Amino acid sequence: MTNAGAFPLRLGLIGSPNSGKTTLFNALTGLRARVGNYPGVTVERREGTVSLGARTAVVVDLPGIYSLDPLSPDEEVVDRVLAGELAPRPDALVLVADACSLERSLLVVAQALRRGLPTCLVLTMTDELRARGGELDLPHLERALGIPVCGVVGHRGLGLGALRQLLAEPERWSRPPILPPETAAERSAWAESILAHVVRRRPGASRLTDAIDRIVLHPIAGTLLFAVVMVTFFQLIFAWAQPAMNAIDAGVGEAARLLRLVLPAGLVADFVTDGLVAGVGSVVIFLPQIVLLFTLLYLLEDLGYMARAAFVIDRLMGRIGLEGRAFVSLLSAYACAVPGIMATRTIASPRNRLATILVAPLMTCSARLPVYALLIGAFVPAHSVAGPLGLQGLVLLGLYLAGGVAALLVAAVLKRTLLRGEGLPFYMELPPYRVPPLRLLASQVWGSASAFLRRAGTIILAVSVALWTLLSFPRSEAPPGQGREQAARFALERSFAGRVGHAIEPAIAPLGFDWKIGVGLVASLAAREVIVSTLAQVYAASEDETGLRAAIRADVDPRTGRRVFTPATVASLLVFFVFALQCMSTLAVMRRETNSWRWPAFAFGYLLALAWCASFATWHVAAALGLGA
Amino acid sequence: MAATLPVIPLSLADLAPGSAARVAAVDPQSPIGRRLLDLGFVPGTEVRVVRRAPLGDPVEYELRGYRVCLRRSEALRIRVELA
Repeated sequence: MTNAGAFPLRLGLIGSPNSGKTTLFNALTGLRARVGNYPGVTVERREGTVSLGARTAVVVDLPGIYSLDPLSPDEEVVDRVLAGELAPRPDALVLVADACSLERSLLVVAQALRRGLPTCLVLTMTDELRARGGELDLPHLERALGIPVCGVVGHRGLGLGALRQLLAEPERWSRPPILPPETAAERSAWAESILAHVVRRRPGASRLTDAIDRIVLHPIAGTLLFAVVMVTFFQLIFAWAQPAMNAIDAGVGEAARLLRLVLPAGLVADFVTDGLVAGVGSVVIFLPQIVLLFTLLYLLEDLGYMARAAFVIDRLMGRIGLEGRAFVSLLSAYACAVPGIMATRTIASPRNRLATILVAPLMTCSARLPVYALLIGAFVPAHSVAGPLGLQGLVLLGLYLAGGVAALLVAAVLKRTLLRGEGLPFYMELPPYRVPPLRLLASQVWGSASAFLRRAGTIILAVSVALWTLLSFPRSEAPPGQGREQAARFALERSFAGRVGHAIEPAIAPLGFDWKIGVGLVASLAAREVIVSTLAQVYAASEDETGLRAAIRADVDPRTGRRVFTPATVASLLVFFVFALQCMSTLAVMRRETNSWRWPAFAFGYLLALAWCASFATWHVAAALGLGA
Repeated sequence: MAATLPVIPLSLADLAPGSAARVAAVDPQSPIGRRLLDLGFVPGTEVRVVRRAPLGDPVEYELRGYRVCLRRSEALRIRVELA
């Protein structure tokens, strides 16, 4: 028996994307994967333990690669892990290749064998190979490569017993007598010579895939299907998550109400209900959307449709310097930037992914809707422009479009400046259609949702508590004889947030905003729609919209005697919300997805600058048109 | 007398859907060329043009038992000869 126990065996799983590597990883490790990041890079690190009889091994699911001659950050990570940097060097390599496209996979096998580690080859999807009429001579392949070869059907668990036995003893694996050649041309010749002896029958093209693609990629039918899938996708994220979100919202409200009954009134009760419970609520509220998003995303990806959708729309996205897959992210961001940013994980090119992340907050998310509804409802006359087309609806449509157009423009600018091409070509595999096993789907969704709760959720919770502190301290008692709403207003005006509102007034006065809007902007960092309830508090108005609308319409600046909310101010505030990144959840998710605070800080900064300039211009133009009074 | 026709270098981007050709050359120095080689566009490899995207670009190719799509800008870098 070898030295089991103290130092568990480390096995590195290597293969191209679509090789069935992740399915195999899940089949071996169950649902016990640990997900993290490699230090200093945004590449996801996945490890899991597998029990191999008497021995336990740590399986490292290395990112999918096309080559060990690194060009992309993913490949660089694999290269450095194999060199023992970034993470402990694996004791042995497990190469994973799709049995149906062995011809291509052998190119990576050749490179991996030159690393000198004990290596074995696992051929996945052997059932599909047989179904497509292909046949491989595995014993011959073992002899030709000089390493153990094992065939499996990962999602059905076939062949895993034999594989576990093999993995338990890498010390006994045979080593290749001579290493494969180094250059691409020689590697290709080496692969051909092996294939000539190993391939008994080549697999035919997947007939099912051909038949489906004739419709799915048909110039007209395919485009229509793309539109239908995308509209359905958007509808699911936007509307179908709503009942669950409302239920969570109501549940959180009810929990706070019950706690208020139990706890003695005072600071502790305020902290627990308005700080803690509300903070937890603001994390959990995202779960329905995230679970739905990832279920759809992984389903479409694993089925093989996502690559087709990207293929259909790539030309348009390519015009602005992004790629087809960015479309799905930006569409999701119309519901909420949090799932939108998480959806960028399917984009392979790091710069395209970053550009997509940075512009996603510009898409008009659903949290802006209450703000737009309040301001439009209060200040835009409801008269008709043409038939059923009302002015209020047109303004709302304009705001939605402004966000989308700005996102595309900023992406185009970013890709021509800060994130100029990395010299990597655009390529995308179109894998055969496959029905993903439910277990795999569930584990992927669970992995992503729990990672969100752990990594972004903690930040969101911390910031909510911090914002609650700003809004509640220092505590001041209103003079007696005032109503509850007056007392709340009194306390808020004297709180830190109230002082911040006053302090930033000089910076926002050129936009037509006073300190009360300033407090609202500070509070809206928790989430954009919070400005509505904060304004209600500042105006000591009831939170129902009619009361607040009347209060802000009637508000007069005591120093100038003029109305605070002039049409120019309202226009300016609306424009501010089109651009500004007033959302800590988005910032927390950006932090998680880019693995640093640098990009969220950049996004916050550039969007604030954009918002300020656009609002400044709007206010001055509107004032010049006589709307400033 | 048969005139010798000048040899016009063909690229993968010149092929119509349904046709096939062999890869003749890819620049092994540039990162893009290196990646195309990694993807299997090695001289001698047979490539079949499967279809264009509905908007005309990218184009789906079949080679080495799998399918991949490239944009025109990348396909132009792959010199081919008709099989």
